[in-house]
Amino acid sequence: MNSNTSPTKASVIENLGAVRAMIRRHKRNDIIFAIVGLLALMLGLITLLTLFIDLVMDGYARFNPQFFTDYPSRRAASAGLLSAWVGSALVMLVTFLTAVPMGVAAGLYLEEYAPKNWFSDLIEINVSNLAGVPSIVYGLLALGLFVYILDFGQSILTAGLTLGLLILPIVIVSTREAIRAIPVAIREAAYAVGATKWQVVSDHVVKYSQGGILTGVIIGMARALGETAPIITIGALTFIAFLPPSPVTTTPPFINFEWLSSGFTVLPIQMFNWLSRPDHAFHINAAATGAIIILVTLLMNGTAIWLRYKIRKNIKW
Amino acid sequence: MTMNSVTQISNHAMDIKISPRLAKNVRRNVKERIIELILMLAALSAVATTFAIVGILLYESLGFFKTVSVVEFFTATEWTPLFEDAHYGIMPLISGTLTTSAVALALAVPVGTIAAIYLSEFASHKAREIVKPILELLVGVPTVVFGYFALLFVTPLLQKIFPELPGFNMLSAGLVMGVMIIPYIASVAEDAMRAVPMSMREGSYAMGATRFQTAIRVVTPAAVSGIVAAYILAISRAVGETMVVAVAAGQQPNLTFNPMESAATITAYIVQVAMGDLPHGSIGYQSIFAAGLVLMVMTLGFNIIGHIVRKKYREQY
Amino acid sequence: MINATTPIKAESRDLNFYYSNGTQALKGINMPLYENKITALIGPSGCGKSTFLRCFNRMHDLYPGNKYDGQIIMHPDNTNILDKGVDPIEVRMRISMVFQKPNPFPKSIYENVAYGLRVRGESNKRLLDDKVEEALKGAALWNEVKDRLQDLAFNLSGGQQQRLCIARALATDPEIMLFDEPTSALDPIATANIEELMSELRNKLTILVVTHNMQQAARISDYTAYMYLGDLIEYGDTDMIFTRPTRKETEDYITGKFG
Repeated sequence: MNSNTSPTKASVIENLGAVRAMIRRHKRNDIIFAIVGLLALMLGLITLLTLFIDLVMDGYARFNPQFFTDYPSRRAASAGLLSAWVGSALVMLVTFLTAVPMGVAAGLYLEEYAPKNWFSDLIEINVSNLAGVPSIVYGLLALGLFVYILDFGQSILTAGLTLGLLILPIVIVSTREAIRAIPVAIREAAYAVGATKWQVVSDHVVKYSQGGILTGVIIGMARALGETAPIITIGALTFIAFLPPSPVTTTPPFINFEWLSSGFTVLPIQMFNWLSRPDHAFHINAAATGAIIILVTLLMNGTAIWLRYKIRKNIKW
Repeated sequence: MTMNSVTQISNHAMDIKISPRLAKNVRRNVKERIIELILMLAALSAVATTFAIVGILLYESLGFFKTVSVVEFFTATEWTPLFEDAHYGIMPLISGTLTTSAVALALAVPVGTIAAIYLSEFASHKAREIVKPILELLVGVPTVVFGYFALLFVTPLLQKIFPELPGFNMLSAGLVMGVMIIPYIASVAEDAMRAVPMSMREGSYAMGATRFQTAIRVVTPAAVSGIVAAYILAISRAVGETMVVAVAAGQQPNLTFNPMESAATITAYIVQVAMGDLPHGSIGYQSIFAAGLVLMVMTLGFNIIGHIVRKKYREQY
Repeated sequence: MINATTPIKAESRDLNFYYSNGTQALKGINMPLYENKITALIGPSGCGKSTFLRCFNRMHDLYPGNKYDGQIIMHPDNTNILDKGVDPIEVRMRISMVFQKPNPFPKSIYENVAYGLRVRGESNKRLLDDKVEEALKGAALWNEVKDRLQDLAFNLSGGQQQRLCIARALATDPEIMLFDEPTSALDPIATANIEELMSELRNKLTILVVTHNMQQAARISDYTAYMYLGDLIEYGDTDMIFTRPTRKETEDYITGKFG
């Protein structure tokens, strides 16, 4: 068969000029799209930068040490973050104690013990479901169950438990991923010397996955620090001119739990409260608080990402 | 429980002249089983949380629907549960939620998709290594800070273009929400595109296609299930967002789809009520659970659809 | 038999190739491709035959860091394909490729075959219809798919998908077709079909095929080149190579002493 009988032979060398012009046109689209794509990527980054600069510029007046040691006040210039950051710290403590033991244990169970059946599937479905539940629904859970039915009240305990449940899926997923990164060969070696399952898990699995778990915990805690909606729903009071009782005392038994049932406020709530006031002077405080919250969360998330990067580089099985 | 039964067993063991080593085995087995049980209970916490959430929402909503008929709930056009002359139509809250989400997605879908295509098909390996962590950092910024940005930066900016824009409006809130959601879409869509095998791209390039042609005509269609899953999950995220809309979109329920007006979303309503003083068990109190139930059903529905779509694309390669 | 009047379609001149990590994969290859003939590249794994093949359509350009050193000259226009000033896209429009594992696009059968034309800006429906039919006939696939052109290409069998890929490569009337181990992923019947197809295609265009299957090379090719560790050890008439090879290395490989 002679190809020259085809009437529409798309020969390149016969139409070289036209072909080259067309290729040039198409390649121009390449360049245009590359620019547009880069802009699209930058949009988020530019917004974040604008946001941060705006906060710093607006809140500039309140960047002094007093801001951290003052209680909120009716006068914007002397309203400070003391009760807010102390409250945040205490709530983070309860969140940590709720989410980490339960989350790591759950992750261990799912990776090391659970047989592949409907039961473990059910648990997995629930975990991924919970990750997608809006945070305010956790607030409703807390309000209905913790505050009223269990009568924990509008307290640090309630807030910590709620946020702990909120970040539980994050801890579980990162625990599982960290465990999965451990090669089977290490486990087999441990079993081969006669270790029991729990010995293998606690001596080897947990130890090697610590880095990955820590990464997930940091990300979870950063998330919890910035969460506002569930805490509002519980009813964190916003004009707190006192501090919760200290967990550590100077008299025996040296630890008390009164602080758990105390009223409280946290950083994002304080910002929200100041933001909601029509008086512009309070907006300055809100801006300063916002800048601080962003700094802390960015630092925590940045640490987690850096940690994950180092783990990936260092591990030489 | 442990020690007694184990002691009994080992006493018995000595009667029947069982070797001490076997007795130790029994003790160890019991310990292993108990540990496994504890871990399993931790894993079940995920299931328990889901049950608790569904339970509390249903329980309080049931109370709500004793007073308000389901028909009125879905057909009335006003939502004023706290007024003397109370109306309980959820449509204004739903319209607020849908409008803000629509604005958000109108921004996030094109920008996120283009960013994903750029990241997957145009960016160099090093560029990708830098950009992906930055996207993750964006995700970690607390939403209340974005609320500040929407209210005190974006709205005044938009008012220069649209002078009749009210101080609270769905456009600002929606746009800022959109920027927040871009990293979600970009990240998931990019993962979907990277999963497309290189051999398919080579097939396209071998035909004389440019990078842009390959990206749009071959890679994107090949990854379409994953990309759509990204969109659906983004919808779920937008619908469940609270702080940005609570701060910037307004607190008055308003049955409208015009983004230039102010309106309350489901989430903003819950926040508003929770901040006030509502007696436990009152109709106002129960109304937030009814609203939360609607929200939960919406986000759950989207999550399930997204999950199904994502599973479908996993099977292709 | 090579004689002085057999036209050369393309030839490599002193071609060296370096991967981005520095390894030299091709060492000074000089080889002709005779027009309307099938040339086969054989040799053990890692000898560079696929690397050499992929130089012809500048596939290596897709992965940054690779370096060509030398020339591949196309006739009759005497263009050096590897020249930095020559656009790889233009090269790929003249030289098409069929891959080891069939790689149809997630599109219909029709759209797969029409892809090359659409990418060239062709949108005339009647022209596309004609070219698609011609290409599918040329790939001996038309009768099997003519009633379901809108079906997804993924639904075809492995052998059919590979013929579809051949049709796709044919539709743009290339001057040279490159085949990279085209039947290694297929069953014997599909393999036989493709081999028959390649034999017929040589009437239209020039074919360069890489194969790890010596018998296949002996069956279908006019000329064979034996490569080893980046060097072209021997090149000649297929009959001569397989019955009276000049170099001992060639003979060792062909008789199965290694590889």
